Amino acid sequence: MRPYLAQARAEVRLALTQGESLLVTLGIPLVLLVLFDVVRVLPTGTAHPVSFLAPGILALAIMATGLVSLSIATAFERSYGVLKRLGATPLSRGGLLAAKTTAIVVVEAIQLVLVVAVGLALGWHPGGGWASALGAILLGTIAFSALGLLLAGALKAELVLGLANAAYLVFLVLGGMLFPLDRLPSALRLVAEALPGGALSGALFHALGTGTTVPVESWVVLGVWAVVASIAAAASFRWE
Amino acid sequence: MAAIEVEGLVIRYGSRVAVDSLTLRAEAGQVTAVLGPNGAGKTSTVETLEGYRRPAAGTLSVLGLDPQRDRRELAGRVGVMLQEGGVYPRMGPHQALALFAGYYPDPENVDALAERLGLTGVARTPWRRLSGGERQRLSLALALVGKPEVAFLDEPTAGVDPEGRRTIRQVIRELADRGACVVLTTHELEEAARLADRVAILDHGHVVAEGTPSELMAQGGGQELHFGAQSGLDRVALAAAVGAAVTEPAPGEYVVQAAPTPQLVAAVTAWLAEQGLPLADLRAGRASLEDVFLRLTGGEGAQPDEETAKR
Repeated sequence: MRPYLAQARAEVRLALTQGESLLVTLGIPLVLLVLFDVVRVLPTGTAHPVSFLAPGILALAIMATGLVSLSIATAFERSYGVLKRLGATPLSRGGLLAAKTTAIVVVEAIQLVLVVAVGLALGWHPGGGWASALGAILLGTIAFSALGLLLAGALKAELVLGLANAAYLVFLVLGGMLFPLDRLPSALRLVAEALPGGALSGALFHALGTGTTVPVESWVVLGVWAVVASIAAAASFRWE
Repeated sequence: MAAIEVEGLVIRYGSRVAVDSLTLRAEAGQVTAVLGPNGAGKTSTVETLEGYRRPAAGTLSVLGLDPQRDRRELAGRVGVMLQEGGVYPRMGPHQALALFAGYYPDPENVDALAERLGLTGVARTPWRRLSGGERQRLSLALALVGKPEVAFLDEPTAGVDPEGRRTIRQVIRELADRGACVVLTTHELEEAARLADRVAILDHGHVVAEGTPSELMAQGGGQELHFGAQSGLDRVALAAAVGAAVTEPAPGEYVVQAAPTPQLVAAVTAWLAEQGLPLADLRAGRASLEDVFLRLTGGEGAQPDEETAKR
């Protein structure tokens, strides 16, 4: 327990003091939320852009935490020999994973509070599906964190840095986070809906945007990505 | 039972044999140096003892435990200094030491340890901005923060300035004097000679010599006179003049195989004076560890680097 507590404190502190990481997990999402609510250029399909944007931006923020922030930090820890060195301390691998999870939960709690607060300030009336929303966030976090660790555990740190940022951009555009996926050509839309970004933003839009039931497809897509990515990450992760 | 016992250790990377039937003991309260050229198998051996690698064959015991099977139990009792890296690039010494102290039930006082290793002035400087010497001192501090019974230090003074080396050597000495078993690797003879109670010389994955530094130097043939002069001297004539065999192990370096008495020194310098040859240097006395090392390892310095050979 003592090693876990020490590591969790350090992981939270590292996550909250890394400027580039805060930019993608908080800065860009909040700026996009305010900007596109004020500048109404996006085809959000809702009377008030914030009704679509708030859940979409929440999905973007959650994705950034697992896929971008976690993968880049872990990849550099691996390349600097930190993970190898930790293997010779009383901190177990389980303890390390638990500490990283703790940091993710802390960051996501901050994201949730800030996105909701900014959304409310912009006049958002969330739908009431908070339980579904938390469930979708949980599954999405597992899926994106596992994808992040899949990258971090197998590729060179510089490559992870590039790929993670590219994935962020792809999901930003094709993730149903800024505009609904039905604005895409149908072939592209099918791909986007099968990706975890589209599934998470879809689930959050139903739960918190319209306040309707989350479609089964979203749960299935999120669940499959969470399971498959976790298995792949566990199998391929190299500590050195 | 010794703190560390290795018997018949074999380590393979694919088809390449890095370490071949290596036998080694290291006692508590002593500094044991594993000395050898690059690629001799030093890091492979130490990382196997740390539990990072599974040996192809052999028995290993660290504090009576198995480095792989009992890794979790050993982790709290063993301190490790890797050859490089191992620290969060954004963490300064203070934060890294405080973090590592949190892993152990009864850690050293972090501030006292930082002070001891001269890290107080850079306590808040991120690791990636520390100099090579500061990084090594921090790595050593991280190996010691859990009050280890066994410390594995891979090239602890590599890239460190003379003052830092002195500090590191003192700290390592104190650690052994407090009863810890210290195993360090080095390719520097001076390091082994100054610091180690026992030295094991490794070459091509074998221990080629083992003993205290003075035992090893005695093995090297204590009866020699070394001098330097221009290369290609007439060694037959010189041998006749001084009454002892003369070898030229390297161009311009000569060894007279006889007790370095004042008479012998006089005879050699007289012969050189007769030929009108200048004397570059002259060393009487026992063979240095370097002589032993070069003789045993065939003077090979340039071996493939262990890291690259692994891949």
